[in-house]
Amino acid sequence: MQETVNLATRAASERKPLLRVDKLKKIYEGRTRTVEALRDLTFTVGDGELVCIVGPSGAGKTTLLKCLSGLLSPTSGQILLQDRPISGPPEAMALVFQEYGRSLFPWMTVEANVELPLKQKGMQRDKRRKIVSEALENVGLGHVGGSYPWQLSGGMQQRVAIARAVAYQPKVLVMDEPFAAVDAQTRADLEDLIRTLWHRLGVTVLFVTHDIDEAVYLGERVLALSSSPTIIMDDVTIDLPDERSQIETRSLPRFAELRRHLHEQIQRAKSTTG
Amino acid sequence: MTNALSRLFWALALPVVLLLVWWFASAGSQNFFFPPLAAILSTFRDTWISSKIVDDVLPSLARLLFGYVAAAVIGIVLGIPIGLSPRLRAYVEPVLEFLRAIPPPVLVPVLILFAGIGTSMKVLVIISGCIWPILLNTIEGVRGLDEELANITRSYRFTSRGRLLHFVLPGASPLIFAGLRQALSIGIILMVISEMFAASNGIGFTIIQFQRSFAIPEMWSGIILLSLVGFVLSVLLGLLERRVLHWYFGLRAAQRGNS
Repeated sequence: MQETVNLATRAASERKPLLRVDKLKKIYEGRTRTVEALRDLTFTVGDGELVCIVGPSGAGKTTLLKCLSGLLSPTSGQILLQDRPISGPPEAMALVFQEYGRSLFPWMTVEANVELPLKQKGMQRDKRRKIVSEALENVGLGHVGGSYPWQLSGGMQQRVAIARAVAYQPKVLVMDEPFAAVDAQTRADLEDLIRTLWHRLGVTVLFVTHDIDEAVYLGERVLALSSSPTIIMDDVTIDLPDERSQIETRSLPRFAELRRHLHEQIQRAKSTTG
Repeated sequence: MTNALSRLFWALALPVVLLLVWWFASAGSQNFFFPPLAAILSTFRDTWISSKIVDDVLPSLARLLFGYVAAAVIGIVLGIPIGLSPRLRAYVEPVLEFLRAIPPPVLVPVLILFAGIGTSMKVLVIISGCIWPILLNTIEGVRGLDEELANITRSYRFTSRGRLLHFVLPGASPLIFAGLRQALSIGIILMVISEMFAASNGIGFTIIQFQRSFAIPEMWSGIILLSLVGFVLSVLLGLLERRVLHWYFGLRAAQRGNS
């Protein structure tokens, strides 16, 4: 425990901080009752880091992401991206949501879906075209640009959403349980795709999931959230080899240790508040 | 190819049977009010393939087209802000429901007072009837837009124009088209009714003239012409719909295939 905390501090200090979350609190004021979703969250994500946020369902993960992406304003505390407080959706951030079926525009081809945010940015047509085809190549979908999203499988649709996020050229890629709705094999492929893209593009990735295995397999660091009202239970550095493979990494003793450690944290989180 | 042919066959089978039944059932008819179909059809050619196309058919169609397009534009332009704003909706919806309950034909005498008996009255009558299904469906379509997709347009910082053109309008288009379809049949009815009250030309006017002068085969031929006009316009709208909403039909087919 002591050791992992030390490792975490070191890893965070090695890199320039990109995203700072400071005493973040979110209370939903309803007509009949108020719900405290986030109690007190403080953490930093370094430039180029791949951080997974894991927590039990109902842990306010979605609320946290909505605040991070500027879609929801916090009750108190603040979020700084590149030292600037977030007040609305930041230009340096791109999102990938869980429900692929509801995140692409069904009236547009795959290409047009990826291209549209760039068009909204006011980017030149030639440059747009180039970036779009690169992004689709990057996710292994160079050949389906002219198809419509509903002609593709779920995994492919999620790849398109990832391509759209990548093409947007963000500093931070924020992903909200992106693989929760696809089958296991597709999921493994997509996990490896995220690692590959992260290496290739040097983008900072914030990956939210409820799946501890996925968090340990993907992350350089894992933040464990408690149940609502949410605090950070633990900040664990994943000291697994950088080169990961679905079979080998997952059978390392260290993988099992980290997984077990996080499982215990999450169980503790459930028993204290639930 | 054979598939298309067999579909064409089934589409035409019933109309052909009905026409044949009418043809033989009315063949020797001595009834003044129900002349033989053969007589009606030969009258049709003499009556409508003539200067009446320019004098009556075209003015009717022009008024219908003008009123229909105006109703579509007004309905969509008003429907979008109302659909987007829950507040505005709560404010205007009861009034809209009330106004929509007024049968447009009763407005004809009122509109004659304001707009006279000319073209503008007839166009206004058509607008006043066509606008409701378009407006209410647009509101419903915009209201039902997917919240997740709305978040996407926000997080990717779409401009308001981009949001409108690439999200709100296409997202609401399936329901807008449902409204356009309902409005078309209402429009044709109102086109005829507005010409029956006070008019000097038009298909409806001509049919009434024939009826009053006991030109019964001519009257029947006018009714056939009206139904042909309605049919052709509905086919044209269907073609437009298939073009604009091809993604929607594809999406629905894909969803049916999955479940």
